[in-house]
Amino acid sequence: MQNYLHRAPFYALILLLSIMHAPLNAALNIEIFGGGATRIPITIVPFSAESRLPQSITTVVAADLERTGLFRLVDSLGHTPHEPEEIAYADWQSRGASALVIGNTTILPDGRIEVRFRLMDVAKQAQLTGFASTVSADQLRAVAHRIADIVYEALTGDIGVFSTRIAYVLKQGNKYALQVADSDGHNAQSVIEYTEPIISPAWSPDGSKLAYVSFENKKPVVYVQTLSTRERKAVANFKGSNSAPAWSPDGSKLAVVLTMHGGSQIFLINADGSGLQRLSQSSGIDTEPSFSPDGRSIIFTSDRGGSPQIYRMAITGNQAGTAERLTFEGSYNVSPRYSPDGKSFAYIHRHGGRFNVVVQDFARRQVQILTDSKFDESPSFAPNGKMILYATEIGERGILSAVSSDGQTKQRLTSQTGDIREPVWGPLLKSQRTGNFIN
Amino acid sequence: MGGGGMGAGAQEGMGAGAGAGGFGMNPLRDPSNILSRRSVYFDFDSYTIKNEYRDLVLAHARYLRDNSNARVLLQGNTDERGSREYNLALGQRRADSVKNAMLLSGARDHQIEAVSLGEEKPRAAGRDESSWIENRRADILYQGE
Repeated sequence: MQNYLHRAPFYALILLLSIMHAPLNAALNIEIFGGGATRIPITIVPFSAESRLPQSITTVVAADLERTGLFRLVDSLGHTPHEPEEIAYADWQSRGASALVIGNTTILPDGRIEVRFRLMDVAKQAQLTGFASTVSADQLRAVAHRIADIVYEALTGDIGVFSTRIAYVLKQGNKYALQVADSDGHNAQSVIEYTEPIISPAWSPDGSKLAYVSFENKKPVVYVQTLSTRERKAVANFKGSNSAPAWSPDGSKLAVVLTMHGGSQIFLINADGSGLQRLSQSSGIDTEPSFSPDGRSIIFTSDRGGSPQIYRMAITGNQAGTAERLTFEGSYNVSPRYSPDGKSFAYIHRHGGRFNVVVQDFARRQVQILTDSKFDESPSFAPNGKMILYATEIGERGILSAVSSDGQTKQRLTSQTGDIREPVWGPLLKSQRTGNFIN
Repeated sequence: MGGGGMGAGAQEGMGAGAGAGGFGMNPLRDPSNILSRRSVYFDFDSYTIKNEYRDLVLAHARYLRDNSNARVLLQGNTDERGSREYNLALGQRRADSVKNAMLLSGARDHQIEAVSLGEEKPRAAGRDESSWIENRRADILYQGE
């Protein structure tokens, strides 16, 4: 796909997106800055009859692609082909577009909408991929994210994550809300709201549940809540503190941090709260476990060496229980997260009074600082490993930010009315991958 | 900052302990009694009890020793900087430090629950050193308060 990569100047873009129906009336803004040196020039042509729909599709597709920093939107200048035979390729080439997204929408008698789209290669004058789906009006944003995923995958070779969701905690005054939103910040819904703190949300691998820590009973207790039914259960409510839930990759177990035996130590429980088993053994603090993608080891924060550092420990096999120190730069390295491919991990590194997001390669131990803000927390990889979502602050207000794992592109997600913190990116879901490819 | 989670039935416990400080006056509430002081402060990234708080912790330990029905919840706190989960663990170590000192002075294990609020419940909302000092703290809450 090298033919799509063109040199493009650095530029910044601000997109203002407002949230509808957010229970806490939070308006989230997304702001993008930076960007890779190479961007794919693409035109997203408005689909036929799209103006009659309650929700535009192509504006969502365009915003998704632009947010990655990998695409440059080329204006259609009023030209609106909807079918391959309507494309004057030479004109698009002269406008500088390497790829075209075209499509149709049809409102069916039952009110549903048929959406058809094609991704066209301007240089080859050929279709790269296409897709058709029939949906209800409230699924139009979801279809748009799916189209953006297909375009992204066809042009970059990576997995698209626009159809995924994020979770975070919104604090407004004395109120804490655990919210779930689309990856672009839209459709934010409160999972729970309390007047006591909520921290450390964690998605189950199938995306159906969230584990989190609530202080509603005057001390931290780990809950698991099913999103569809809102049913929830305290899965770790032992004497002392219960916190830092992390799902095993198969979703059957949770690593949690308990103080029932004195000190913060990592334990394993079944997802229903049964089957308590101790994992770490130290006289210090062991916390913030993160499972390797193969489920055989965890990385975690420990102060066993005198300062908080990241360690890795096998939890199965001969080496189970033996911890290996991974970080050596500085006196404060916390909040580790495995990358989805298991080859690197992200964490928060303190240096010169700043707390920043870094990624470290397991094989070469190479460390790269990705951010330059002052108080970054809670890094979380996108399921394709290309972006890292984290909490930071601007003007003493908590906001979310995402940085590409090469440090080139950043986006910000801010609330006008509160602090956002504790973000975590949800998994890729197979159910989001429906629809028929068309030729 | 209530201890409501500790549940009911505390009145009996308080009543039994009230005699320790004289007639009628609950020593836990008497401003002239060291037992009315409930906060132990810590240095940055430290969970060592400083000498100036030894008497305070010792007094509460003796009260627990002499009032077997009394129960306390120890809540450890930290300033806002750094990881929330690491701060939760650090707050726990602060609460545990107070608990261990109390156990060494005669309080019994089942009388004390040590928990952490981490950086989540700052008493001082500012973003400066004086607020951070105030928030690096362990609080002693008696059941029923």
